Amino acid sequence: MLGNAAIARGAYEAGVKVSAAYPGTPSTEISENLVNYKEIYCEWSPNEKVACEVAIGASMAGVRSMCSMKHVGLNVASDPLYSVSYIGVNGGMVLVVADDPGLYSSQNEQDTRMIGRASMVPVIEPSDSQEAKDYIKYAFELSEKYDTPVIMRTTTRLGHSQGLVTLEERQEIPDKPYEKNIQKNVMMPGMAKKRHVFVEERLKKMAEDGASMPINRIEWGDKKIGFITSGIAYQYVKEVCPDASVLKLGLLNPLPKTMIADFAKEIETLYIFEELEPVIEEQVRAMGIKCIGKEAFTIQGEYSANMLRKVLKGSEPETKAAEVPARPPILCPGCPHRSVYTALKNLKIHAAGDIGCYTLGAVAPLNVVDTAVCMGSSISTLHGMEKAKGKDYVKNWVAVIGDSTFLHTGVNSLMNMVYNKATGTVMILDNSTTGMTGHQDHAATGKTLMGEPTYAIDIYNLCKSMGIEHVVEVSSFDQVALTKAIKEETARDEVSVIICQAPCALLKGQKFPNVCKPLPEKCKKCGACLKPGCPALTKNADGTVSIDVTMCNGCGLCKQMCKFDAIECVER
Amino acid sequence: METKNIMIVGVGGQGTLLTSRILGGIMLSAGYDVKLSEVHGMAQRGGSVVTYVRYGDKVAEPIVEEGCADVLIAFERLEALRYAHFLKKNGVLIVNDQRIDPMPVVTGAAEYPENIIENLSKDYKVYSIDAQSEALKMGNAKVFNIIVLGLAAKHMDFSKEQWLKVIEETVPPKTIEINKAAFIKGFEF
Repeated sequence: MLGNAAIARGAYEAGVKVSAAYPGTPSTEISENLVNYKEIYCEWSPNEKVACEVAIGASMAGVRSMCSMKHVGLNVASDPLYSVSYIGVNGGMVLVVADDPGLYSSQNEQDTRMIGRASMVPVIEPSDSQEAKDYIKYAFELSEKYDTPVIMRTTTRLGHSQGLVTLEERQEIPDKPYEKNIQKNVMMPGMAKKRHVFVEERLKKMAEDGASMPINRIEWGDKKIGFITSGIAYQYVKEVCPDASVLKLGLLNPLPKTMIADFAKEIETLYIFEELEPVIEEQVRAMGIKCIGKEAFTIQGEYSANMLRKVLKGSEPETKAAEVPARPPILCPGCPHRSVYTALKNLKIHAAGDIGCYTLGAVAPLNVVDTAVCMGSSISTLHGMEKAKGKDYVKNWVAVIGDSTFLHTGVNSLMNMVYNKATGTVMILDNSTTGMTGHQDHAATGKTLMGEPTYAIDIYNLCKSMGIEHVVEVSSFDQVALTKAIKEETARDEVSVIICQAPCALLKGQKFPNVCKPLPEKCKKCGACLKPGCPALTKNADGTVSIDVTMCNGCGLCKQMCKFDAIECVER
Repeated sequence: METKNIMIVGVGGQGTLLTSRILGGIMLSAGYDVKLSEVHGMAQRGGSVVTYVRYGDKVAEPIVEEGCADVLIAFERLEALRYAHFLKKNGVLIVNDQRIDPMPVVTGAAEYPENIIENLSKDYKVYSIDAQSEALKMGNAKVFNIIVLGLAAKHMDFSKEQWLKVIEETVPPKTIEINKAAFIKGFEF
């Protein structure tokens, strides 16, 4: 079972009734698996803050609830997180937060355990699929016992690895009665002051109880070297030093300090082996315990058994990597973003970018996107540039943002542009899905996570209702219309929106009846068709091009690039 | 039994996930402890992708590391070269003899290496197949990955019948027959 599928199974077995999430690698499959359990209401929320608040409401109402997100999603949800830490729970509440050491699909490498410490919320961490299932069930017990939300931290490697899992029955947890209690559930200064005292006590109690929690365990072995470790890093320790003594921590915040001290005093050389930040290490050092940590092991990237071997035994693998050209991710053949970026590139327009597949427009051969900060940031960074440098400065700029990202947090930034009398053009790349995470529905697709048809928010009318006069819709594949719209809209002294529409090339249920075919006899070998960087096209030795019929979906961008009619679009 | 390590490498979208699920399935059915590790997200968009499969009596870490793989299945030549050093000395390398240019080659910033298979044959036991052409001959370009799996299966310890049973249980029902035929094509190559 995939780690993320095991988390969903654990939530089901724990009797969870409500789950909310926004898709984000490597957490997406949790919700995609939860939807298979009919006993659980689950939804895609527009962003992680909303998802967290939905879970808080469900908990207040008396049922077990959860929300899941990637690490940077917790930043979006941190406002409710810091408050619900004080409020605590009625029904148990768990946030599953997936970190991404090694940055497989993220904009940073932040460590959720640090946020757990800052928000005074307990953090637990499993080390394989079986534990992922068992720990989330335990997390709900902790949540209810200590009146606290609990963060279960995972990593890409855990969520996307499969291992054997023993299944159990679902526990039906009776709903807890709702009782009005403003001292606990309304965070005004008077109440929050008292709750802060409670929160500090709660963490102290949990730290004391840590030694008796089954998720913290000592595996005694050779006492010459010992490890304090957790999560997937534990597996690397077992791989390299199966006979060493190990303190495997399941509870990462608060740390079970007496247990750590008892373990450490038996060990000659103590290693702290933890991915990302020295969260355990700094606390162990603060206890006056000598240990080896980040001076030997990196803060960056993913750990491995070989890395531990190298430090302990000085051994390097015998084989060496060949020097080969990199293969970075690229936009798919037939991707509508490629067409939009081609139009922008031809007009020499800069784009303030955002988070999604379309961030790939930053790199060769498109090189259109200049910035990418976080979800929804494109519109507000463009706005900031205009306020810094004036209206004319942004006339060769646009903001580009996907439909799902626009609804996530981009919409707030667009409101800001209208309110603060901005100049600037926002291009919403509407591909009818949340693309990069693998095609999840959102508020404008007309379908819920549970597969029910629903009202689809109309992005055009949403923009119009804000008071934006010029909102135009164009097909993402129509170079003529795109060029005209970009020229006209960027010339205005006001906010304008161009909605570029065409479904993601990988979205299911589409038919691609056509395919592009080169006509070598007409080809002038100018290479214009190759410029957008479609992977279906390759340059032949004689300068003409070949188009791979298995990759091409007949989008016609290469045909539009050719001035000599040397590419035709024909029925497959 | 000592843990065995298998890697599947290729270009995002080539179907490494389905192949690894079949591999995981057969090891489970044979009663081994199995761990698989996959790549999702942005790296899947035409990037270099790698999947690890480990099986044995008790498997700890889910990834295969440099110099440790018993079998490396590469769906593309350049990817075979990129990951060949993950193989043990004399490890088995299965290569789909296909070239997909990465963007640095397309833009002219890098060159696609020549004679990859010949050079790798000096250090490893290399078995190659043009599975793309074989799959097209069968009328379904998509099943090339199962042809490659069939070739790899010849060098692993499970019977043809065991493989076919797992394929039947893993692939979408409508595609069972073509996938079984593709597997046999590779197995008997």
